[in-house]
Amino acid sequence: MSMPKQNIPPRWATWLLQCFCPAHRANEMEGDLTELFEMRVKLSGLRQARWRYVQDVFSLLRPSLLKSKPDAYPNPSHTDMLRTYITIAFRNLAKNRTYSAINIVGLSVGMTTAILIGLWMWDELSYNQYHHHYDRIARVMQHQSYNGTTSTTLATPLPMRAALQSEHAGEFTHIASSSWTEDHILSAGEKKISRKGNCVEPDFPSMMSLRIIKGTATGLDNPSSALLSASVAEALFGGEDPINKTIRVDSKDYFKVTGIYEDLPYNTEFRDVTFLLPWKYFLAETPWVKRSETNWSNNSFLLLVQIAPNTTFEKVSAKIEKIKARHAKEEARFDPKAFLHPMSRWHLHSEWENGAAVRGRIQFVWLFGIIGGFVLLLACINFMNLSTARSQKRAKEVGVRKAVGSRRSQLIAQFLSESIMVAMFAFVLGLLMVQVLLPWFNHIADKQITFPWGDHQSWLIGLGFTFVTGILAGSYPALYLSGFRPVKVLTGAGASLRMQAGRFAALSRQTLVIVQFTVSITLVIGTLVVLGQIRHAKNRPVGFDRSGLLSVDMNTPDLLATSRAFRHDLLQTGAAINLAKSSSPAAEVWSSDASFSWPGKDPAQLGDLGTVGITHEYGRTVNWQIREGRDFSPDFPTDSLAMVINESAARFMGLKEAVGTRVQWNGAAYTIIGVVHDIITGSPFMPVQPAVFMLREDWASFIHIRLNPALTAADAISKLEPVFKKYNPGSPFEYKFASEEYDRKFRTEERIGQLATTFASLAIFISCLGLFGLASFFAEQRRKEIGIRKVLGASVASLWKMLSKDFLILVTIACLVAMPIAYYVMHDWLQHYTYRITISWWIFAVTIFGAMVITLITVSFQAVKAALLNPVKSLQNE
Amino acid sequence: MKGTYLGEFEEVVLLAVAIRTGDAYGAAVVHEIEQQLGRTVNLGAVHTALYRLEEKGLVKSEMGGATPERGGRSKRLYVVTAAGRRALEEIRQLRNQMWETIPKIAWS
Repeated sequence: MSMPKQNIPPRWATWLLQCFCPAHRANEMEGDLTELFEMRVKLSGLRQARWRYVQDVFSLLRPSLLKSKPDAYPNPSHTDMLRTYITIAFRNLAKNRTYSAINIVGLSVGMTTAILIGLWMWDELSYNQYHHHYDRIARVMQHQSYNGTTSTTLATPLPMRAALQSEHAGEFTHIASSSWTEDHILSAGEKKISRKGNCVEPDFPSMMSLRIIKGTATGLDNPSSALLSASVAEALFGGEDPINKTIRVDSKDYFKVTGIYEDLPYNTEFRDVTFLLPWKYFLAETPWVKRSETNWSNNSFLLLVQIAPNTTFEKVSAKIEKIKARHAKEEARFDPKAFLHPMSRWHLHSEWENGAAVRGRIQFVWLFGIIGGFVLLLACINFMNLSTARSQKRAKEVGVRKAVGSRRSQLIAQFLSESIMVAMFAFVLGLLMVQVLLPWFNHIADKQITFPWGDHQSWLIGLGFTFVTGILAGSYPALYLSGFRPVKVLTGAGASLRMQAGRFAALSRQTLVIVQFTVSITLVIGTLVVLGQIRHAKNRPVGFDRSGLLSVDMNTPDLLATSRAFRHDLLQTGAAINLAKSSSPAAEVWSSDASFSWPGKDPAQLGDLGTVGITHEYGRTVNWQIREGRDFSPDFPTDSLAMVINESAARFMGLKEAVGTRVQWNGAAYTIIGVVHDIITGSPFMPVQPAVFMLREDWASFIHIRLNPALTAADAISKLEPVFKKYNPGSPFEYKFASEEYDRKFRTEERIGQLATTFASLAIFISCLGLFGLASFFAEQRRKEIGIRKVLGASVASLWKMLSKDFLILVTIACLVAMPIAYYVMHDWLQHYTYRITISWWIFAVTIFGAMVITLITVSFQAVKAALLNPVKSLQNE
Repeated sequence: MKGTYLGEFEEVVLLAVAIRTGDAYGAAVVHEIEQQLGRTVNLGAVHTALYRLEEKGLVKSEMGGATPERGGRSKRLYVVTAAGRRALEEIRQLRNQMWETIPKIAWS
């Protein structure tokens, strides 16, 4: 797709060559490479030539070619030695199976985590990059101040579009208004499907660089044509050519399909937009939109722009800032400020607090990045601990090798090839695990990530990463042990050896164990807090009865016109025991109005209350609980000018005796007849929005149905379906369970909870693996001591105590370090939520207790094994 | 020492150097072998072989001129030494000798 710029070999390969190639060889090698490349481009094409170029660069990575002295005699036995190293490494791994397994498994778990988190971070950071003009697109947003606080919205008034066009045309290459992404019913012939789509202006496709597969993108100029994504076209028309075919939207209007575009990928803002309808149609068919064309007070529209190449977002933002205040004098009191929010920041930087950008989703990217790094670090620490612990055992081997004539560099190469080999095994195992775990990971992280098997760059990163891990882990034994003097080691100066290697090594090992457990314990405390917070919000009184409550979106005209007969038929099935209509879903308030006034209202305060239009049966259908006064009733004809308010509204209005209070709204006086317990709206972690309920059947857009508890949900639905089909033949019967809709509100938190649980378990697992390895090492090192103690009469219990004590002390220190860190971080996290738990002492107690128990179990296994050993065996060979 | 042992690949490279007399350098040798034998050769392998041949005294080298298709980089030109020629002839002779001692019955 991108045009071939020039026939150049892969730059990174040339760079790699320059990195390793000795100066006196560089010239001829590069010359040969260039010449062969040119020749191969002509012979077999660019791809082949580039591939061969890379191969050649790697083939030049040979010891005999890398010698820096021009006249040095290359070591002919180098490859033989390498083979020897690998053989010896294999034998060592096979000889110490437990250590090798602990090393490989621990490291591969760490690598798996790091790879998964890396893929996740990459996916987050590359969000929206599918759109070519990604770095020039923005949406217009506004800051506005109410009651002293500034709120930021991405909804703009409709006339702003025309004003930008006429006053600042030079700043933009494209401007497009768009409706919000909503569900619609699409039908073609007998096929009916429900999909999400937008009404947009004609600039949208080229701005978002939609890849047109068939037809053209120009159809949006015409009010009766539609663009479909490939998957929607497939679902509606199967294998047929969809161009110029007719579809019907929401059982109302007909559109001609004029273009098919490639489905948008999962990691873009518009991933749900599966079809596009013309803005002109939206304008012509929706009266309130038409009315909004000159109304600067109705902030309800999405406005997308692409800025001209010669300007920047900041410059344009500065120019358009005052546009609303200039045009709408009455809005000036809210101090509206328009600005551009660039597409590159939509996904990760879209949280605002009091008019300023705050952390947003980017913090999760960094948080997970840090956690991934830590888990990998834990695995590396194990690796280092075990290899240094074991390397003391190998001091004799080093001595013998040196005495026989090994050079230091050869010993280093030996140790490094061992650790790199372990890292390689771990990497392969890690890749397998990633492949197995990806579907599960995608599920809990809501992603569609695939591993880039075909991308050689990611392979290079993976290999480099493996090498670095291997070298890092092998560096201590390689550099430290290879420096031993053979005379000291071999003359049996064991004590001096321990002086040399033991003290420092043991101390650093202890530090590393403390670091490991500090990380694990911090993660565990964090996880418990997250899970506690989720449970806390889930246990919050909801205010209505979720189970067995069904809601149906009335998005077709047939349902809007439903009658008493419809209600009668539904109840007649026996599957529904009650039903009602409302303007918002049961646990949401979708609209609000600022023009209420009531006795005792502070004139400076805006009376912004949520407004919900309902029918008489609503309260009984959702089972709300009346706290004061009464519910709406058909027995009171005056209820058309009555209100039921929630507790939050009563508090907000500052009413002591709410029932009977008269509230002015839209030129009429409404009487409050009842106060209901709060029904949670919006996020269950946030305060409930003050709301008023009024009898407004004409606002209704949802039907709520209380199912008969005597029937199973499936039975009930199969009975309801024919009634819906009868009254609403144009659309499929689509319904939502209130309980599922409510659970959806916890999705982000549950995702964090699940990921945190996973990472914490992994961290514990890796740490314990390391502990297990170290314990077994120490037990073995002290075998003789244990034997002597036993001979002198020590009990198994006292030996067990002796061996476990050291580790318990380390874990205790780790707990002491971890607690304040975890407290600080989690306290900070909880501040996001109004409805939150306080971090209680038992979380720490449970974690510390758990850590101790796990440590004891891990260590005891080895300690008891050592203590039970027959002293004759451990002492006989000396 | 009973003659210098020549590996199969070294022999091929040495022959290629002989074929390209006066114009034998890394890329040319790669090209020659790929053309003549129809097999893919890595540049690294060729350079290693040329190096080793030079150490064994079978070829000698000097820096040659630069050409534009090499991006202006100079090349190291190899020529077969007398010892190299002797080694090749020896191999050929040994092979011929062995060929001749194969009994006819072997080809049944």
